Amino acid sequence: MVLVYTEINKGKVKKASLEAVNYAAKIAELTGSSVTAVAINADAAQLEEIGKAGAKKILSVKNDALASLDSMLISSTVEQAAKAEGAKIIIFSFDITGKAAAPRLAARLKAGFVAGAVDFPTVNGASLEVKKNVFSGKATAVYSINSDIKIISLLPNSFPVKLGDNASTVTDFTVELAASKIVVKEKKSTDVGGMIPLPEAELVVSAGRGMKGPENWGMIEELAKELKATTACSRPVADMHWRPHHEHVGQTGVAIRPNLYFAIGISGAIQHLAGVNGSKTIVVINSDKEAPFFKSADYGVIGDAFTIVPKLIEAVKKFKANQN
Amino acid sequence: MKILVPISNVPDTTTKIAFTNGDTEFNAAGVQFIINPYDEWYALVRALELKEAGKAEKVTLIHVGLADSDATIRKGFALGADDGVRIDAEGPDAYFVAEQIANYAKANGYDLIMTGKETISFNGSSVGGMIAGFMDLPLISLATKFDLEGNKATVEHDVDGGTQVVECELPFVVSCAKGMAEQRIPNMKGIMGARTKPLTVVAASGSDKLTNVKSYTLSAGRTTCKMIDENNMDELVNLLHTEAKVI
Repeated sequence: MVLVYTEINKGKVKKASLEAVNYAAKIAELTGSSVTAVAINADAAQLEEIGKAGAKKILSVKNDALASLDSMLISSTVEQAAKAEGAKIIIFSFDITGKAAAPRLAARLKAGFVAGAVDFPTVNGASLEVKKNVFSGKATAVYSINSDIKIISLLPNSFPVKLGDNASTVTDFTVELAASKIVVKEKKSTDVGGMIPLPEAELVVSAGRGMKGPENWGMIEELAKELKATTACSRPVADMHWRPHHEHVGQTGVAIRPNLYFAIGISGAIQHLAGVNGSKTIVVINSDKEAPFFKSADYGVIGDAFTIVPKLIEAVKKFKANQN
Repeated sequence: MKILVPISNVPDTTTKIAFTNGDTEFNAAGVQFIINPYDEWYALVRALELKEAGKAEKVTLIHVGLADSDATIRKGFALGADDGVRIDAEGPDAYFVAEQIANYAKANGYDLIMTGKETISFNGSSVGGMIAGFMDLPLISLATKFDLEGNKATVEHDVDGGTQVVECELPFVVSCAKGMAEQRIPNMKGIMGARTKPLTVVAASGSDKLTNVKSYTLSAGRTTCKMIDENNMDELVNLLHTEAKVI
């Protein structure tokens, strides 16, 4: 039995969670098993969506103590579900909760764990072989998980979400939880204009020092708006406070792997590449034809961003008009 | 108040990665090793700041690895850590490393364990959460600000779509991200003192080997960058639609 953890954020099942359910369904197919999902404080429509992503059975957990997503409580919830269901394979997303709760659960269950899988596992006897990125994307490694219970977390945006029309059964599941030792005092939202959060964004428009100052970001935001993309920036830009820190992508900031990454006025230092080189397509716009980023790009435009970006915005508008 | 800072010994960020022994092992020949930057810049430096502010008595480094990582541990001494422990074993995965560290920490009593948010070698973000699991302690992950008053810590950390400020009483585990502290350069006094600080080597405790690496493959990288004329953005948009199929 394959167990998968899912999560609701801002009234929706997280895309990363739906990806994890799809992934779990594929593993169930490979191992001749079925998928049970754990859903935390989900409503009927959200439970239905988790079912459509491939969960045959859903354990619906309603517990206010889980709202803070304390990894100790999440791990305990999944542990109780795993024991009740006799789960041998447990799937998380490699998102903020998965990064904290999955390793904890691995320690609790003596489970071999691979964090940030990028592909479906291969079944080899009693082992699962799983590929993940290592050395900040410079290489991949195939791990063999040899333990009885196996835990895998899936790197977000590795596969597109597929929703089918499968039916699922929903069962209320009650968990016993110790009181959280972490007291939430204040929440600060970094949402800007309803953009998709960076780790989940499929399209990202990122800009760097080449923009010369924060006052010039209007065209970056406009391009992002036209593409329905999320804005990002390089480290120096965040460090100089031209842009908020949560926009910083790269090794020290957020690591992302969108379908399309625009790098505008970013030279492409190795630390920046480490956070974005998993992107499917990279477009680099830079006035310096020697910028190292061109070596890691799929498409390049050499020239002044201040003249190119407005032309690009017009081209996107024209493209969209033709699509309609 | 004693702080334990687990550190990982990793190839410098700019290293050209290579593998050996039929692509089953990392080729360490000629590679410059450093303290994992998140462990150093964010966890260790913040721990040292807490000690300097009189909020902690001792900062101890712990590392699971062989004698060739002693030089890396001494770099941590040069920055200001008081002493260090090396568990003399090379583990196959984060589980092994975390179990060794948790066993040592349980036996020796620490109030706070500060890790980096992930290593730049295996990028698993796993060791902190596993130590917390083995020790049944709370974990605050991706901390960007950390302060301590007596026994109670106030921590700001990243959550989906924002940050939150939380309070937690010691003991617990915290994984540290950008914002916790600024990178430090060791001074001459620190470098001189590093040679004589106590580095204890202990044997590994029995531990489980649940996974193993079967093979490594270098990422192909991008071979060709298609250049588009700056006056032809229609072509770029068209290629993104028809060729890359991303819009």
